[in-house]
Amino acid sequence: MAELVIVDRDGAEHRVEGKAGVSLMETLREMDYGVAAICGGMCSCATCHIYVDETWLSRLPAPQGDELELLQELTSRRPTSRLCCQVEFTPALDGLKVAIAPDE
Amino acid sequence: MEQGVIVIGAGQAASTAVETLRKEGFTGEITLVGDEPELPYSRPPLSKKFLAGELAEERLLLKAQSFYDSHQVRLRLGTRATQLSTQTRTVTLDTGETLNYSKLLLCTGSSPRRVSVPGHDLQGIHYLRSKSDVARLAHELTANRRIVIVGAGYIGLEVAATCRQLGLQVDVLEMAERIMNRVVASPVSDFFAQEHAKAGVNIHTRHSLAGFLADPQGRVCAVQTTDGAQWPADLVLVGVGGLPNTELAARAGLTIDNGVAVDLYCQTSDPDVYAAGDCANQFSTHYQRRLRLESVDNAFEQAKTAAQNLLGKSLAHDKIPWFWSDQYDLKLLISGINMDFDQGVLRGDPSTRSFTYCYLRGNELLAVDCINQAKDYMASKRLIADRTSMDLMRLADISVPLREATAQG
Repeated sequence: MAELVIVDRDGAEHRVEGKAGVSLMETLREMDYGVAAICGGMCSCATCHIYVDETWLSRLPAPQGDELELLQELTSRRPTSRLCCQVEFTPALDGLKVAIAPDE
Repeated sequence: MEQGVIVIGAGQAASTAVETLRKEGFTGEITLVGDEPELPYSRPPLSKKFLAGELAEERLLLKAQSFYDSHQVRLRLGTRATQLSTQTRTVTLDTGETLNYSKLLLCTGSSPRRVSVPGHDLQGIHYLRSKSDVARLAHELTANRRIVIVGAGYIGLEVAATCRQLGLQVDVLEMAERIMNRVVASPVSDFFAQEHAKAGVNIHTRHSLAGFLADPQGRVCAVQTTDGAQWPADLVLVGVGGLPNTELAARAGLTIDNGVAVDLYCQTSDPDVYAAGDCANQFSTHYQRRLRLESVDNAFEQAKTAAQNLLGKSLAHDKIPWFWSDQYDLKLLISGINMDFDQGVLRGDPSTRSFTYCYLRGNELLAVDCINQAKDYMASKRLIADRTSMDLMRLADISVPLREATAQG
């Protein structure tokens, strides 16, 4: 079992089992403190914005294309921002720590 | 406040409402009544990746069963609400049971508009709204078969793109003079028509449906248009818009106006009944007109508002709506409503397959269509909400970021 550490908008940490082989969004949309993911993972809405813990950032491929364009226009954007529908969770990412970004 | 909430319908709006009720700390009973036998699922992929067989069924679910269990939501799926009485605050189900509510939320959605021309009930004629519609359609989609699609709106064109990817021969019949006539301006419509033509879709505009012809087995074999032309078909998809599901509300005496009429708070003409999503018709203060929108975003936002308000808040819903459509590798993102625009400005060159079309009234930005232009789309949301006056010269220059193309004081 690969674990995902999620920091919610109130700063509380949650440890959950991550669904491997699909995007982080599919795990995070099930959580009460998770993401809205209105478009369902089509990279069209930027409502699944997260911050990746800096120590993990280099282990993820950099955002590209539409994701990058959407991120660039978010007021809450940071260098660690990702849209979690574009980040595939794998067992190799066991322990990955992410924080839910504020609602825009 | 301990009370029971019944949500009728089990789509995006219902799923969001249930989640919001619990997030807001509501501890009373929640019952979700849905006529489909499925947990709430995401509909947009139905005409795209799911139809193409590229998305597993369980990935359509908005929430897993465990969510409803842990949030104590009573699921009454595969069950239809047949009667609503606002006097006794009861809902009767097709099982014969009667349920009491303190507050009710109608998320009954919309249904494809059915055509009633001769031959309309032949085998091989499809509509697309639900997972079961896809199940029937998908097994017919084999390479080299001929599909005739009636209607060049989102559903028709998304299915056309998917069918070309699967190797079918595709004809699209559209009665208007151009495709996506109701939603986008000519430059955008023309661009998509060219892309479909390049992909091998045969689009025939100004052709109105007259009827369907049957083979000796009683299966559709051709579509006839009013000019007398016949279009051979192994199967047909009809995508000519949606109608709100208002029967239950209408019989209960609620005010209906192209949908269940709700106020800014998503409340219907009965104070204990709210409505959200495709079935609801709401006044938009931003656009100063009543709107009934069929979109995931609208279902989500109205349901969130309705759920909070039925717990006692009074939040007005007036967000700028947005829409998207995927056809081939083209992502069309639309922000705002372009009705009443008096000028359009093109940003960028459609031949690069990345451009934006802006709709304005005077200099005020009303809406944008962004084709492979996610950046403009994101920037447009605030500009539209703030009724920003644009500088038309700078707006037409795609090298100027959209948020900097505003009129200077």
